[in-house]
Amino acid sequence: MTVTDTDPGTGLDTARDSVASALEQGRVESHLNPPPSYDLADHPVPTGREEVWRFTPLKRLRGILDGEASDKQLRREATLPEGVTLTEITAEQAREIGELAPNDRPSALAVANAGGAVLLDVPADLELDSTEPVVVTLTGEDAEDLVWGHVVVRLGRFSKATIVLRHTGSARYAATTTVVVGDGAELNMVSLQDWADDAVHLGRDAIRVGRDASVKHTSVSFGGDVVRMHANVQYDGPGGEAELLGLYFADAGQHLEHRLFADHNQPRTKSNVVYKGALQGQGARTVWIGNVLIRKVAEGIETYEENRNLVLTDGCQADSVPNLEIETGEIEGAGHASATARFDDEQLFYLRARGISDAEARRLVLHGFFQDLIRKVGIPSLEEQLTATVEAELAKNVLDELAPAGAS
Amino acid sequence: MSELVIKDLQVSVDTEDGPKEILKGVTLTIASGETHAIMGPNGSGKSTLAYSIAGHPKYTITGGSVTLDGEDVLSMSVDERARAGLFLAMQYPVEVPGVSVANFLRTAKTAIDGEAPKLRTWVKDVNGALDRLNLDSTFSQRSVNEGFSGGEKKRHEIAQLELLDPKVAILDETDSGLDIDALKVVSEGVNRFRGQEGKGVLLITHYTRILRYIEPDRVHVFVDGRVAESGGPELADELEANGYDRFLKAQV
Repeated sequence: MTVTDTDPGTGLDTARDSVASALEQGRVESHLNPPPSYDLADHPVPTGREEVWRFTPLKRLRGILDGEASDKQLRREATLPEGVTLTEITAEQAREIGELAPNDRPSALAVANAGGAVLLDVPADLELDSTEPVVVTLTGEDAEDLVWGHVVVRLGRFSKATIVLRHTGSARYAATTTVVVGDGAELNMVSLQDWADDAVHLGRDAIRVGRDASVKHTSVSFGGDVVRMHANVQYDGPGGEAELLGLYFADAGQHLEHRLFADHNQPRTKSNVVYKGALQGQGARTVWIGNVLIRKVAEGIETYEENRNLVLTDGCQADSVPNLEIETGEIEGAGHASATARFDDEQLFYLRARGISDAEARRLVLHGFFQDLIRKVGIPSLEEQLTATVEAELAKNVLDELAPAGAS
Repeated sequence: MSELVIKDLQVSVDTEDGPKEILKGVTLTIASGETHAIMGPNGSGKSTLAYSIAGHPKYTITGGSVTLDGEDVLSMSVDERARAGLFLAMQYPVEVPGVSVANFLRTAKTAIDGEAPKLRTWVKDVNGALDRLNLDSTFSQRSVNEGFSGGEKKRHEIAQLELLDPKVAILDETDSGLDIDALKVVSEGVNRFRGQEGKGVLLITHYTRILRYIEPDRVHVFVDGRVAESGGPELADELEANGYDRFLKAQV
């Protein structure tokens, strides 16, 4: 954390300045990221050839992009620590709070069709411990239900909160979530896609990081037929930090897509992205797109992105595309790494030379692969659950289906 | 009691130019309680011998046999060999990110013994083994070999030797890259292992230095994929004085 401006008198002005400067910046000039807009005409039905859609199996979205009206909802259950509120607001109020305009068709449709938004509000200066997370569980009742979701999460200045958003059951769900993190606030947020096998989820978490605020956002995708999640971050002032983490495990036939966009629109901001995934079974498909834009004003920023995929069986496909657009060289650092690989034979040999069976050695390597990331999530109760889920995924398939390579 | 018998072992490795023969008929018997040193110049096939016995998939056995107490080692999988009582201390131990030393050791011990070790005595055993190798107890929380110094990697290998307690240990250049203090600590660990009833050791090294701390019963000079000469500890002394020149010349 960098030095914080503690003069309380400047708070409102700073906020106003930020909004003003954000408006002045206007359109995102990145060719990789279409300009945000509420106007559906700006987000035509994709053909599948567009850069932002070319990896997504459009047919399997089961008509979501047609944008039919629907008043179906996900069942909502919430554990709210004292002081935190969950209320319904209008779409206009969502804009007034400072939500980020939709950047693709599903998010634009979600705003247009949801008929209002849900506001999760953490007031200024309220500091919540990571052992008392805000947990919101959204459950879909039926794979055929078309559900539009519109959510705003607001953290007041200098507040501190841990938020877990868990998706279960099944639906055709398109949602946009804006997270407005006030100056000096600290957010740890996890979006857990724990859907049934037939769910379709097109989600977008757009995060505004206040001056000297810090945000950790983790996207975890295990379930669903097609899951396509955006995690976008931009900054309302200098000194903001964002850590974007992701963990996914695609089984046979699953399409799990994660699209990141760190828009360094303020100086001395930081972004650090680590996504790790595993694939197993025929037709398992993952896509990771990591876009970073360093604008001309963004001097002294630091960014790093990393994506690692472990391909456990034949018949899987992992796409991994890091993109870096740089408009100033006056920065601390910018880099990215991407690696997609099978099990390392030398690792397996080392473990097996200690008596550990082939299947157990693979389990251990995969456990380790994810454990590094799981430890960073920073919510003890959830970390245990994630470890257990990874183990269960493995038990389900890897140990049965893997040909015991090198057993002879 | 344990006896490792290597008979006329021939091994090749696949290269871009087709298979290349590396071991050209190696015959050695490590009888119960014996320590054999294999010495030789770089590229003579010493490490190939170690990795072939352990079952590394890179090497193809083209002839000969290896038995441990009469059991056919070459027909076993890598992990079966370890469970049968073979241990290979590697020259370049492999990193396994995210897997703690404690988890790794417990998993290996469970696999070797066929049942999980008793928790209370096991923690004591692990801490004791680490302590004897000058590794502090926080070491067990680190990821296997990740960020270890060269010396830590080798001491970790010997800690495994103590805890997994095999019948026969093959040490592949365990002395390389060690300073004198680490070399002493590692040698003491090997000597504790040797001090037990009936343990065999095959110590592969390029230098005679480690033989000042671990006295071998037999010394074999390895040249061009075979044993060129065998003798007692005095053969190591001769190599110390004269190097490998005599053997390399004989080859030409």
